[in-house]
This record gives sequence, C-alpha cells and structure tokens, in this order.
Amino acid sequence: MLLSISTTHRPATDLGFLLHKHPDRVQAFRLPFGTAHVLYPEATDTRCTATLLLEIDPVGLTRRGGRGAFALAEYVNDRPYVASSLLSVALVTVFKTAMEGRTPALAQTEIPLAAELPAVPARGGEELVGRLFEPLGYEVTVTDIGSGRHVGLRLAATTRLSALLTHLYVLLPVLDDEKHYWVDKAEIEKLLRRGEGWLNTHPERELITRRYLKHERRLVNPALAALGEQQPEDEQREAALERPVSLKDQRLGTVQAVLRETGATSVIDLGCGSGALLERLTKDGYRVLAGADVSARALEHAQRRVGSARLFHSPLTYRDKRLRNYDAATLVEVIEHFDPPRLRALEQNVFGSAQPRTVIVTTPNAEYNRLWPSLEGFRHPDHRFEFTRAEFAAWATRIEAEYGYRVRFVPVGPEDAEAGPPTQMAVFTR
Amino acid sequence: MKITLGDPCLVVLIGASGSGKSTFAERHFLPTETVSSDACRALVADDPNAQDATEDAFAVLHEITSRRLARGRLTVIDATNVQREAREPLVRIAREHDLFAAAIVIDTPEATCQARNATRPDRDFGEHVIRRQARDLRRSLKFLQKEGFRFAHTVRPGDEIEIVREPLWANRAHEAGPFDIVGDVHGCHEELSTLLDRLGYTEAGHPEGRRLVFVGDYVDRGPDTPNVLRTVMRLQAAGHAIALPGNHDVKLLRKLNGRDVQVTHGLAESLEQLEADPVDGAADFLKDLTSHVVLDGGRLVVAHAGMPERYQGRSSRRVREFALYGETTGETDEFGLPVRGDWAADYRGRATVVYGHTPVAEPGWVNNTINIDTGCVFGGALTALRWPERELVSVPATREHYAPAKPLRALEERPDRLLDVEDIAGKRFVQTRFARTVTIREELAAGAMEVMSRFAVDPRWLVYLPPTMAPTATSQREDALEHPAEAFAEYRAEGVGHVVCEEKHMGSRAIAVVCRDEATAATRFGAEGTGALYTRTGRPFLDDAEPALARIREAATAANLWETLESDWVVLDCELLPWSAKAQQLIDRQYAPVGAAGTAALEASVAVLETAARRVDVGALLERTRERARRVAGYVHAYQHYNWPVSGLEDLRLAPFHVLATESGACFDRDHAWHLEHCDALAAADPEWIRRTDRRFVDLTGSDAEATAWWEELTAGGGEGMVVKPLAFTTRGRRGFAQPGIKVRGREYLRIIYGPEYDAPDQIARLRSRALGRKRGLAGREFALGVEALERFVRREPLFRVHECVFGVLALESEPIDPRL
Repeated sequence: MLLSISTTHRPATDLGFLLHKHPDRVQAFRLPFGTAHVLYPEATDTRCTATLLLEIDPVGLTRRGGRGAFALAEYVNDRPYVASSLLSVALVTVFKTAMEGRTPALAQTEIPLAAELPAVPARGGEELVGRLFEPLGYEVTVTDIGSGRHVGLRLAATTRLSALLTHLYVLLPVLDDEKHYWVDKAEIEKLLRRGEGWLNTHPERELITRRYLKHERRLVNPALAALGEQQPEDEQREAALERPVSLKDQRLGTVQAVLRETGATSVIDLGCGSGALLERLTKDGYRVLAGADVSARALEHAQRRVGSARLFHSPLTYRDKRLRNYDAATLVEVIEHFDPPRLRALEQNVFGSAQPRTVIVTTPNAEYNRLWPSLEGFRHPDHRFEFTRAEFAAWATRIEAEYGYRVRFVPVGPEDAEAGPPTQMAVFTR
Repeated sequence: MKITLGDPCLVVLIGASGSGKSTFAERHFLPTETVSSDACRALVADDPNAQDATEDAFAVLHEITSRRLARGRLTVIDATNVQREAREPLVRIAREHDLFAAAIVIDTPEATCQARNATRPDRDFGEHVIRRQARDLRRSLKFLQKEGFRFAHTVRPGDEIEIVREPLWANRAHEAGPFDIVGDVHGCHEELSTLLDRLGYTEAGHPEGRRLVFVGDYVDRGPDTPNVLRTVMRLQAAGHAIALPGNHDVKLLRKLNGRDVQVTHGLAESLEQLEADPVDGAADFLKDLTSHVVLDGGRLVVAHAGMPERYQGRSSRRVREFALYGETTGETDEFGLPVRGDWAADYRGRATVVYGHTPVAEPGWVNNTINIDTGCVFGGALTALRWPERELVSVPATREHYAPAKPLRALEERPDRLLDVEDIAGKRFVQTRFARTVTIREELAAGAMEVMSRFAVDPRWLVYLPPTMAPTATSQREDALEHPAEAFAEYRAEGVGHVVCEEKHMGSRAIAVVCRDEATAATRFGAEGTGALYTRTGRPFLDDAEPALARIREAATAANLWETLESDWVVLDCELLPWSAKAQQLIDRQYAPVGAAGTAALEASVAVLETAARRVDVGALLERTRERARRVAGYVHAYQHYNWPVSGLEDLRLAPFHVLATESGACFDRDHAWHLEHCDALAAADPEWIRRTDRRFVDLTGSDAEATAWWEELTAGGGEGMVVKPLAFTTRGRRGFAQPGIKVRGREYLRIIYGPEYDAPDQIARLRSRALGRKRGLAGREFALGVEALERFVRREPLFRVHECVFGVLALESEPIDPRL
C-alpha cells in the first residue's frame, strides 16, 4: 500500500518540515500489522514528494474463522494492497504532528498539494469518490485499474496539509465501507473531532457518518444528532406513515382477513420466515399459532417477534408430522421458491400429510410483471418459476383432484384490466 | 410346579412384605431383569426403606419398566403390589407396549412374613402393616385376570418352581426358511394350485425344503373356498406352511361360531359353498391362527394387512387388529371403502414386511414393505414372494370371479418417495460398511437442511455425494507446502504397494447420473428426465442438464459402455471445467479485484522506490517489493489459468475419473485402472468434449522419481496438481482404511488458496502447521457415507436409507475445517 503526497510550493522541500520527516532519510515505523516506510522519491525546490509505503504482513492479518460467504476470503484478500483503515492508522501514527497542523507556521497556510493512491477500494464507485472529495475542494482524478472494486485516485487542491491528511484519514475507510477494528463510542468522538469544520456542512455527512460508524445504529444516531441532523428514527416513522400501503401489507392483510372468515382456531404459517404474518395474527385471538421454516436464523427472528407461536425448523419438502392438526395453513409467497419436482413433495407434505381444512396459497402473478418495466426476469432471484393466472389455476385444479380439496381464487393488490392482480391467492378447503 | 412365561412379558410379583419376593426373583431371574421398589427408593433417596420417597421411587420404577418393555426385555417387578392401585399402572404399561402381564402371587402365611420382618432391624413398621397387606392380597386374588393379567400363578412355601420361557407366538425368528409368501387367495383354488405347482410344491412339500407363508383371506368371494381351506390346512398340518388369519377368515369364524355378522363382501358365497361342501376342522383351524409372524432372524415379518415396527413380534388386541385390518382412518372413500392409513409410507423398520389385504395392480416396494395382494379374485393375479430371493411369482386369474368395488390401481405416487423430516433431523448414527458408525451431530444436520431442501436436486437423483479430500502432509522442503514425497511416504507406511497418480483437473466437482433412457430413469430412480448433473453439495450444475446428459449418453453408447458395464444407468464422478463456469462470481468479486489492486499497488511501489533509490538508500526494500510484485503476478496467472469464457455446453469440458456405480453394483471394489479404462473409453468416444485424465502408476516398492518429475512438470505449467490414490481404490492400512486419495497441489496453484504471497520465506514458515487430522478424519467418514449410499441404492433399499447417507455427507461438510486444506 502506497500514499504519495506532493507539493509544488516553493521551496517544495518544506514538505519535510510539514511532515516532520527529513527528505534525505528513509524511515521505518513498526505498526501492529506491518511496517510503514517514509521516503522521498523526489525533493527539489520546485517539487517534492513524500511517500508512505506500508508493508503489510498478509498472514499476520488473518484471523481464525471464515468471513462472509467465501471461506478463503481471509487469505485471498486485498487488504495488503489497498488504502483501507490500516492506512488511516498508519497516518495518525506516522504523521501525528502533521495531522494536528500546529507547527510549523507553514502548517496554517494553504499550499498546492496532491495525493496519489494506486488502489483505493471504492464501494459505490467512481461517482461516490467525487461526491466525497469534490465538496472539500479537491480536483479528483480517478483511474480504472481493471478491478471493478478499486480505483486509482489522485486528489489535488490548494489546502493545508493537515486538512488533506485528515480528509484521507476519515474518508478512505468511508469509501471502503469497512474497518479492520471493532468500533465503539470512542469512534463517535473521533469522527466529530476529525470532522470539525467540514463534516457538518458536507452534503454526504449522513453517508459518511453511517459508514464511518460501521452502520451501527446505536452509534450513528447520536453522531448525527451531534452534527445537527434530524433524528433519523423520527424521519423513518414519518416515511412509514406516508408510504402507501405496500403490496406485502395488502397481501398479509388479505390472508389475515380470509383466515378470519374460515373460523379456524389454529393456524400454521408454512415458510413463516421471520414471522411477519404471525405477528399480525397474534391480535386475532387464535388458540394456537405456529410457524415452520427451513431457515434457523429466520426462526430466531420469529421467536423474538412472536414468542407465543410454536415454531418448527422444517424443510417443507420433507413430510413433517408436527405440521398436522392445524385448522388452517398458509403458504404466503412460498411455492415459487421450489423447483417443480420439489414442489410435488411440498404438496404431498401439506395437502397429503398435514391435511389442514384450509390452505391459503399466494404467489406472484407473472402476467403482472410487465407493468414493472424495470423488472427483468423473476421478481426475486431465488424464484424458480412464476405462474400466470392460467398456470396457477391449472396447478390448483390438480391439487383439488389429487388431494380432495375445493379451491377458490382471490385477487390481491390493484387489479390491471389485462394483466390481473400483482399477487394471486388460492384458498383450498376440504 | 412349572410356570410358563412368554418372552418378553411383564412379570408382576405380588406378596406382602417378608413373603420372599426378592429371594424368588433372585432365584429365577437375572438381577438386571428385576426392578425392585426398594432399589428404586434407594436410587432416589439413598435409603431402600424411605417410605416418603415412594412416589418418586415408583415414577422411576415405571420409567425403567417402560423402557425395558419398549426394547422387548422381560421385566420382573419386585414390589408388594398387593393393592389394585399399585398394579393398575403396571398392567397399563404392559398394554402400552403390547405385551402380556403375568402375575406371580407369593402366598406366604402372614405369620411367616411377620417373623421374617421382625428379624430385620431396617423394617421397623408395625405388625398392622403386614396384616393389612395380607388382607389386601387376599381380596385381590380372584380379580387379577379381570384387572388385565393374562396369567396369574400362585406360589406357596415349599413349591418346587420351574420357570419356562417361551418366545411369543408371533416370534418364529429361529425359522430361517427359505419361504414362499402367498397373497390373498379368496377361494381361488385353481389359481392356488397352479401357483403351488409353479413354486415347486408337491403333496410331499417342497423338494428343497421351502415353506409357504399365507397372508390370509382364504375365504369369501371366490369359487372354491372349501378346497382352498383344505389345501392350506393340509399344508400347515404337514409343517409345509404357516397360515396367518385375514379379516375375512375371522369374520367367517365369527359367523360359524353363531355370532351376528353382516353377510356381505362375499361371505354369502363362502357360507353357501361350505354348506354344500363342509370342511372338517375349519373352525378350529381358523381359531388358532396367530396374528402375524416374525421369521428368518427377525428379517422378515408377514401379516395380513401389514405391521409397523412397534408391534412386530408382540401380542395384544390392537396388534391383532392391525394385522387383520391395517390402519384405518375411520373415513370412507367415494366407493364406500375404508380409507386406509399409510403405515407403509411411515415404515422405517429394519425387517421386511410382506402383506396383502388391499388389492393393487402391481406389487411395489415401499420402504422395505411389499403388498402382494394382486386381486386374484377380482381378475388380477395370485402372487407369491420368494424369500430371501425377493422374486415375485404370479399366476393370472382364470377370470374375474367377483366384481371389484373399485378398479385396481397401481401405486401412482410412490409414498416412500416423500422423505420424512425424521429421516434427517436430530443427532444421527449411520451404520456404514466401511467406517463402522458415522455420527452426525444435530446442529450439523440442522445446518444442512436448508441447503438440501432448497438448493439440491431431487433426492431421487441424489444417490451420492463425493467426500472431501485431505491434502498431503506438509512438505519438509523450505519453499513448498505440498510435495509428492509425503504422499508416497504415507502410502508406503500404510503398506500400500501400488498407487495411481491422477492429474487433478481444476474445475468443479460434478456427479453425473446418466440413464440410457427415460424408462430406466422412471423404473430405477422413480424420477423424471434421464439423469442429473450436480455439484459436490448437490446443487444442479445447469438449468437444463439434459443436453449435457445426452452428450454423455451418446459417448457411453459409442463406447459400448452399457454393454460392458451390463447396466442401463451409470453414476460418474467427474470434474467439470472450466472453474470459471461455476466460480465466475467468485473470480469477479474476489480473485480479480485482489489481483488488480495488488498489481497496481506493487507496481506503483516499485516505481516510487526505483526513483527514490537514485537519491537515497532504500536498502532491501526495493528488492523485497519487486519480489512481492512477482508473487502477485504469479497469483494472477494462477487464477486466470482456470478461466475461459463459457457461453454454452460446447465450451464446457467433462473429465470423468470414477465409474461410481452401475446396476451390477457400486464400483469401489474395482481398481483405478478399471475406472480409468472406462473413462478413457468415454473420452475416446467424444474427445472434443470429454477429457482424458492423465495418470502415472507407481510401484511404491520402487522409485517414484518419474511420477514426481511428472508432478513438477504439471504444476510448473500452472496445473492444480495431482491426486495419489491406492490402486485398489479401498485398501486396509495399518489402522482401518487408508485415505482413498491424497491431493498434492502445485506451488503456483496454492497462491489462490493461501494468498498471493504465501511462499515468501517469512510467510510460509507460519503456514506450515496445518492441523490435518480433522480433515483426514472427515474425508474418511464422508467416503464411508458415500460408499454406503451407493451400496444401499444398488441393493434397492428405500429412498430414505440412501438419503440418510447422502444427507450425512452434506451435514459433515458444514463442520468448520480450515478451508485451505
């Protein structure tokens, strides 16, 4: 990892005084994750460049246990090569005095400065780089290094060196959207101190704050408050009130209403996920509420949300006797997540084995998709199919015949004259 | 006096304190068979006389009794049991487990009891206690059978007692057969005679000593009930047959006994025929039939309407009802016939259950059970199952003797195709031929459930998952983590004489299940399509596998593989190339950005240092940075080596290296020369698309230099490396089986595993300790499960038995193990 800072201020070698590092020496500093070297590839009256070169120890960086979906990410990763929070740590360690900008007198003066970084992880791309640095008066040059996730970056401005270092210190980890250490309350203070004089007027202050504090709400909210932002919680509440009723709400509402009509006293939500439907149903006075899902993690959420419900870790394609003896079962936006041969198994399990008196099934109406011009393919990447109304009807009719149910259909959501409703619902009874 | 006890049963000793129950139990039963209330008091209260612990002590006593009876162990209760309230729960427990309760009353005079207690300082309760016990006992005596004791015996002081244990009636496990099990006859004497001829029976029985087992329903509906009865009775009397009762036989008996029964479902025909042609002893014959029978060491169970595992070999009213009528739900279908419960779909027992009762068009195996009632009387056929051959022998009906209430239907949706969550959830112990028992921890099973149910191919195709493979022990060489020397040394130490080194293709592991045609797929796998192509976690490789399967099938046909393997299907272990076909996302998101950022950063660093070196002394930093840049360049070269653009099937390559299984069996007993020979034949048939796996055979008693040189050459060119395997595939080493394969990966390739700069001297030193033990243990267990899955599939075991093993492999794969190994 490399950071070069150049100036054309005369005499340019004053850069050495500003950084408190002599231009004719090569200095090394031990850091927890490697070694930082400071050297000057050029140092003339007209132009002087100081380089901070980090030699990061790749094996030293690895921790026990995998990170993310890719188990080898610990070992095959960009950290040794890019400008991340490791560089920020190096900056405050090696250029501590320069960053404070109190001595020499020149530190108070704006001089022409340029910073160059060969590989900067930029989550949000070139465009975000501009949005972060341009408001601070930098001329931003971004080069494509063929990575897709990193850019080469050059920043130029007439500014104080301490300002440049501070901006890099705060904004490089923000661009990366990642920090190599655990953040706590002290991080808020750090942000406010380093951001003094520029952050509260920065148009991206909210994004900067969120990312700097690793999106931890308990840290972000107080920090934004300190920056004079409106409480985001209030904002969200307002947005929630004003937002038109979503299709999901309509769907759950319809399921809820149909369930009420059936007179069922016990209901099981198959594929309950984190319990959105069950939470609604708690108010309806059912004797027994239950949910089943294959995702253990989703069930933990559901447990927290509706503690009173019986929850079963169950893959719906395997017969499960625990699903029996409920008056009604719901399959809300579930069937389209199964490959057709596995859907047969689900049918046998639900209609053949569990056999509740009522089964409510909702699924997307594929015909409606064309009303969303931006939509390509299925509505969700995990959907294995989406039924047209005719296909859904054919499927439901087969269920009727094979398992001895009667079916009726209920539209959900605003109906289009040709395409029909966005969601289709079948109510099976026996 | 001789007391005969069924084994197992529940023996309840009844007698006052001091009557000698414990002495009696000691003399006639094992100490472990006896559950004593005093011992249970001691267990919960450290004092065998603690009367205040009675409630807890009996809770323990009942629990022990219940668990023993569930396991089919004879159990003796040593407690006073003089009161009805004490006996009632014991009788109930016996009944819950479908076993008889027998009472043995120890009738010792009260005075003797009093005298004995007086000599025992720990029994300080007063005389009135014994007096009351004796009174309670006397009152109880005549009600014992009414309370539910099947037998009650009374033992008096001085009686010479001999306890005789007899297996329960249904337990004839010591009779090994071979047997021919015959379905519902229903008066079809002509067909029965033909079938017996066909099976080779004569008046004198079977020349090879085979014996018949009849599932019952000899009577009703058909044309000649009297002669069917005569035939079966004669065969049974001569010891050539075991006859079981059917519901029709029982109903006829009730009618013959003068009971009021509805004369329906063909009973009228029987009565008419028997009136015209009376059969002597028919009622006695029917009266003595045992509900069901367990044969051949417990491997075979025959019952008229089926028998779940919990009832097998036991005796109770509900066992008998199940044997006669099956599981009924109380509902009737549109033809007015009872809707039957699906006990066979639930069946997970080890014994094979053969039954009849419900006519089916074709007998079909469901979870190790088979219904052989092929509706002869309705114009179907009379069918026998030969045991242990499991072959079916059928004689078509001469005509439709009786009109069926509904048409005979084949089992359309095989109920055993629906797996049960109990087949995979919870902590599991899977018996494998190779590695004794493989344990699968509950949390691993839970973790695998989502992957299996949401992303894997249809379980019917999922007959195998490949095991993980351990790398070789870490190399002693300074500049390498892996080298062939250690792999050869390991096999030498295991006493393996010959190994094969196979080129490791850097792609994605693929299992190809290929059927010759859809009909084979339907009959052998019960699935649609002609096969499947899936990853090591069971995910489908392609949205539509059929074109790829067709290409493999054509190659197999051209290579004459169907004939040489004598099979219409084959399971191949392959590598599908390129790596980028499945890993493109990983390359785009991880490998390529790391390469680009590393290259940019290090090239810039080298440039800065070169400039700086002109005016200051940068020391070794420049050379070190150049070295790092070279390593990153090597890394970029390494991952790009396994990439090429894929737009369709044409751009893929398949490299098969094992023929895992065919109809003739799983192929783990064939050596690798055999496997490679067949894979070569496939490659030769379609050299454009199917890749040959290069290999070297090494005699470990000699030099391995040539193979090592070959590995150097493979890996220097960027190849992943090789796998060293015992030539014989499975070989016993010093301790258990030797590893089925050890991978030896190339130095350049390992950059994409251990990081671009792993081989820098300061890095590699810290990577050398790589706890391989768990990975190797895992590889062994997963291999054993995979072999077991295929062997069970080849033996045509039920789907859940195959799936259990495959699911186990997937569950073990979620074990946290260093991913670099």
